[in-house]
Amino acid sequence: MAEPAHSDEPLLKTPLHAEHVAVGARMVPFAGYDMPVQYPTGILTEHNWTREHAGLFDVSHMGQAFLVAEDKSHETVARALEALIPADVLNLKPNQQRYSQLLADDGGILDDLMVTRVGAPGHEGWLYLVVNASMKDADYAHIEARLPKGVSLNRKDGLALMALQGPSAAAVLAKLAPETADLPFMMSADVQIDGIWSHVSRSGYTGEDGFEISCHAGDAAKLWTTLLADPEVKPIGLGARDSLRLEAGLCLYGHDIDTTTSPIEAGLIWSIQKRRREEGGFPGAERVQREIKDGAARVRVGIKPEGRAPAREGSVITTPDGREIGIVTSGGFGPTVNGPVAMGYVSKDASAVGTDLHLIVRGKPLPAKVAAMPFAPHRYKR
Amino acid sequence: MTTRYTKDHEYIRVEGDAGIVGISDYAQGQLGDVVFVELPSVGKTLSKGDEAAVVESVKAASEVYAPVSGEVVEVNSELESSPGTVNEDAAGRGWFMKIRLTDQSELDGLMTEEQYQEFVKSIS
Repeated sequence: MAEPAHSDEPLLKTPLHAEHVAVGARMVPFAGYDMPVQYPTGILTEHNWTREHAGLFDVSHMGQAFLVAEDKSHETVARALEALIPADVLNLKPNQQRYSQLLADDGGILDDLMVTRVGAPGHEGWLYLVVNASMKDADYAHIEARLPKGVSLNRKDGLALMALQGPSAAAVLAKLAPETADLPFMMSADVQIDGIWSHVSRSGYTGEDGFEISCHAGDAAKLWTTLLADPEVKPIGLGARDSLRLEAGLCLYGHDIDTTTSPIEAGLIWSIQKRRREEGGFPGAERVQREIKDGAARVRVGIKPEGRAPAREGSVITTPDGREIGIVTSGGFGPTVNGPVAMGYVSKDASAVGTDLHLIVRGKPLPAKVAAMPFAPHRYKR
Repeated sequence: MTTRYTKDHEYIRVEGDAGIVGISDYAQGQLGDVVFVELPSVGKTLSKGDEAAVVESVKAASEVYAPVSGEVVEVNSELESSPGTVNEDAAGRGWFMKIRLTDQSELDGLMTEEQYQEFVKSIS
C-alpha cells in the first residue's frame, strides 16, 4: 500500500485544534491548516450520524470578512460587490444570505462564497463574506484591488466558524437559542448561545437542515463544548464533510469549479438572479449571458457508476463506444446512497439524465449513467 | 506457518508452497472504512511488487502490491459484497488472495512480525 505524501510546511491551527486532538481526531494538512479528517469512529459513521442526527464541523479555516461602505449605504456596498460577482446583492434583505462566485474577466470562477447583508443595528452598509480557506488570501487581494473609494474590506481572522448540520440540528440549537427555531433557509440572526455572541445562519454544505455559527475565536472552544454536550451532536471531520456535500450535489472549489469553468457550465445559473442575467455588469458577463442564451458546450452532471467501484476525480468519461467526452471532478463512495457517486463535466449532447457513459478506472471502462442530483435529497428549512 | 510483512503493509501467511495475502491491521486502521475491493483473477501471475489488488476507503483508492512472485490460486470474493470485513478482521476473514510462491527465498527480504511491529512504531 502506498503512503500518503506529507508536506513539511508549518500548518495553521483553528481555535478548535486542541478540541480535535483531545478526542483523538486524525489530523491532516488541508488548505494550510492542520484539520480533523475524521474522529475515531470513522467517516462512514460520521456521515450517517449527520444524516440521522446532528454533526458539528469546525470550518474555522474558511475566510470571514466584512465589506463596509463608509457612507453606511447598502446600495454603495452592494454595487461594489456586484462588480465582482453575478448575484443580486442589491435586493438582499437585512440578514439574508446568498451563494455566489467571484468571477474572472473571462467568466471563469476564482472562488465561490457566501454573502450576507448584515442586519445588526448600526451596520447598514455592511456585507459579511465567507470564502474558501485555500483561496482567502487571493480572494482578499482580488477584492481589495477592485473596490471603489469609500468601500473597504476588513478580514476577520479572529472569528471562528462551525457548522451544525442534520435533522436534529434545529431542535438542538432551539434549546440554547429559541429564536433560531423559525429562521428560514439562507437567513441569519445574531444570538446569544450560553452567553456567547454568535452570528447564526440557516445554511450549510451537507444538504441537511442546519446552521453555520460564527463566534469570536476566544469563545469557540466553549461554544463547541456546549453544542457537543447534547447527545444528538457528534464532531464530524472533513472526510464526511466531503461525502455529504458530494451526495448533496454541491461543488467543491478547485475540483468541481475553478478558473476554467463558468457558472453556467457548472449548473449554477440558479445563483444568478434575473436582474443580473439581463443587465450583466459583472466580470465575464458576456460569456455567462451567451451561455445562458445558447447553452454551454459542456455541463456539470451527476454520475452514477453501475457497479460498486468508485470513480475518483480525474477519471476520463467516454461514450459507450469510447469517444472521450469529459472528466470526473469529484467521485467516491456515498454512504447514504450505499454505492459510488460522482460528478463531472460532459459535452452537452451527453448530459441528459439516463445517458450511458463509461468511466475509465485503472484503464478499464466502467459503465455509468448520467444521474439527477442531488443523490441524497436536500432537507433545507424553507 | 510463517507470517511476513512488507513496508507497504501487506502480510503473507505462508503454509507450504502458498501464502495468504492481506493488509495489516495497522493498514486497515490508517485507511479507514473500506468500501470497495478489487481482486485479481485466479490464475494471474504476479511478480513481487506488482499491483495485485485495489482497496478503496471513503476517501481514496490504494494499491495492494504482491509481497512475493507467484500465481494467484484463490481470492476472497466475499470482500466484493462485504468490503468492511477488511476493517473487522484484516488478519483473518479480511484476506485478499492466496498466491503459490515461485521463489520461497523472496520471503527472506520481508519483515517478521516483530520487525514489522517495530517498523509501525517508527512511522506512527
